[in-house]
Amino acid sequence: MIRIENLVKTFGTKRAVDGVSFTVERGEVVGFLGPNGSGKSTTMRMITGFYPPTSGSVTVGGHDVAESPLDAKRLIGYLPESAAAYPEMTVESFLTFAAAMRGLKGEAQKKAIARVVERCFLSSVRRQSIDTLSKGYKHRTCLAQALIHDPEVLVLDEPTDGLDPNQKHEVRNLIRELGRSKAVIFSTHILEEVDAACTRAIIIDRGRIVAQGTPAELRAMSATAGAVTLEAQGATAEKLSALGRVESLDGVFRIYPRDASQAAVLAAAIIELVSREGWKVRGMFSERGELDEVFRRITLPDTVKQ
Amino acid sequence: MNALWIIAKRELAGYFNSPVAYVFLVIFLLVAGFLTFTAGAFFERGEAGLGAFFGWHPWLYLVLVPAVGMRLWSEERRAGTIELLLTLPVTTWQAILGKFLASWLFLALALALTFPVVLTVNVLGEPDNGAIVAGYVGSLFLAGAYLALTCMTSALTRNQVVAFILAVVLCLFLILAGFNPVTDLLVRWASPAVVDTVAAFSVVTHFDGFQKGVLDTRDLLFFVSVIGFALFATGVIIRSHRAG
Repeated sequence: MIRIENLVKTFGTKRAVDGVSFTVERGEVVGFLGPNGSGKSTTMRMITGFYPPTSGSVTVGGHDVAESPLDAKRLIGYLPESAAAYPEMTVESFLTFAAAMRGLKGEAQKKAIARVVERCFLSSVRRQSIDTLSKGYKHRTCLAQALIHDPEVLVLDEPTDGLDPNQKHEVRNLIRELGRSKAVIFSTHILEEVDAACTRAIIIDRGRIVAQGTPAELRAMSATAGAVTLEAQGATAEKLSALGRVESLDGVFRIYPRDASQAAVLAAAIIELVSREGWKVRGMFSERGELDEVFRRITLPDTVKQ
Repeated sequence: MNALWIIAKRELAGYFNSPVAYVFLVIFLLVAGFLTFTAGAFFERGEAGLGAFFGWHPWLYLVLVPAVGMRLWSEERRAGTIELLLTLPVTTWQAILGKFLASWLFLALALALTFPVVLTVNVLGEPDNGAIVAGYVGSLFLAGAYLALTCMTSALTRNQVVAFILAVVLCLFLILAGFNPVTDLLVRWASPAVVDTVAAFSVVTHFDGFQKGVLDTRDLLFFVSVIGFALFATGVIIRSHRAG
C-alpha cells in the first residue's frame, strides 16, 4: 500500500531524510523507530503529502503522492506529531468537519462519528471544546479524526505520546487490531511498543535506515541474545567456561554462546552440566536480547551529533 | 459539498465561536458611526449622500481588516493544524480561497450592518441610491484587497501580531501612494510617469470612482488583481515553507 523509493528531503544543507526506501503492505503494522531528529516525522510528512520530497517517490495505493496528491490523501488517515486540532471547536464539530472533508454526509457521517467516538473513548467529552481537554483526550480526538473515513492506510506519528499507561495500552491494542485489515505505519521512541504492536520495525538514524526486521529479528542482533543466565549453588566459572564465555557477578553467571549454531543447544548443555555436577539451581533463563541495547548500539544519540 | 466551502464554513463558524466576532462588529460599527457623524460632519454637510461614510473606509479598514485576517494562516502554523488541513484531500488553493472567502463574508456582514446609515440618508433627503450601492461594492472590494494582503502576511509568520503590523504597513502604502502630500513630494524629483504609476497603486484613487457611483471596470480590475496577486503570493509562501 505504501511504497517509498530513495526518498530524500533536505532543509538547507541538512539532509533530514537521506535515501530511505521501504514498503508497507496491507495487514502489516510497521513501527518506525529512531532517536529524536532522525527523520521519522519528516518521512511521515512526505508520505502524507505535507512535505514535497527533494527527490525520490512515495506511492500510496498506487497513487504517486507528488503527482496525484488528492487520490493518495483520500486513502490516508494521518495523526500528526503535534496531534493538533482546532482549539475553539468542540470534539463533535471537529469530527464533523473532518468527516465532511472526507466526503461523508448525512447518515454515513453520523455513523462514522459515532464509530470513532466509541473507538477512541471520547463519548464523555463529545460536546466539550478542544482547548479544555486534557492532553490524552486531545490526542485521541486527533486520532479519531484520522480514523473517521476508515482509511486503508494509517500514518500515525507518535500515537501514544502523552498518554497514560492505560491509554497507551488501549491505543496499542487499537493499532494492532487496525493492522489486520490496513497498512499501518507508526513512529515511536518507546521500544516496548515494538513488541506490543508491530509486525515489523524499521530503525532510522540520521535520515538513513540502519536496521529493519521483525521484533524477534532485531532482538537477535543484541549482544546478550541467546545468552543463558544461571544462578546455582556450587557453580564455578571455570567449569562453565567450557561451554562459552562466562561473566559472573555475585554468584550469578551469564554464559554467552560462541556462535549462532551453539545458541540453540547452549541451554541443554548447561542443564546437562548442572545435573552432572549436582549444583542446586536457584534460577536459570535464556536471554531473548534487549531491543534498547540494539537501539543504542546502532543509533547515535542526538546529543552526540555534530 | 465542495471542500472549499467546508473550509469556509468552519472558518466562519470559528469567528462566532469566540467573542472576537462580536467585539469586532461592535467596534466596527461604533468607529464607522463616529467617523461618519462626528469626524465626517454628516449632518452639517447638508448632502444627501454617503461621502462622509465611504470617505473614511480606506482608513477604517486599515486597522480593522488586518485584525480580522491576521489569524488566518499564522494561527494554523502556530497550532500546527496547517499540517492537518493540508493533508486532508484538498488543494492548497481550495484552502487559501476557502479561508479568504470566510473572512470576506464576515467583513461583508459587518458592512451590511451599517444599513441604518442608508436608511438615515433616505429619510432625510433623496440620495442617489445607485451611487450608494456602487459605494458598498467598492467598499467590499477595498476590504477584500486589504484582506488578501493580510492573508499573505499571515502566511509569512506564526505570530499574529507580526502579521497584523506587516499588513497595516502594506495597506498604508496602498493608501499613501495616492495621497496628495505623498504625490506632491514625489513630483519634486520623479518624472510624471513615475508619479502616475505610483498613484495608480493607490486604493484611494480607485475607490473614489465607486463613491461617485461610477462602476469602472479598471477600478474593479485593480482590486481584483490586488486580491489575485496577494492570494497567489500566499500560495507561494505556504508552498515554500513545506519545500524546505
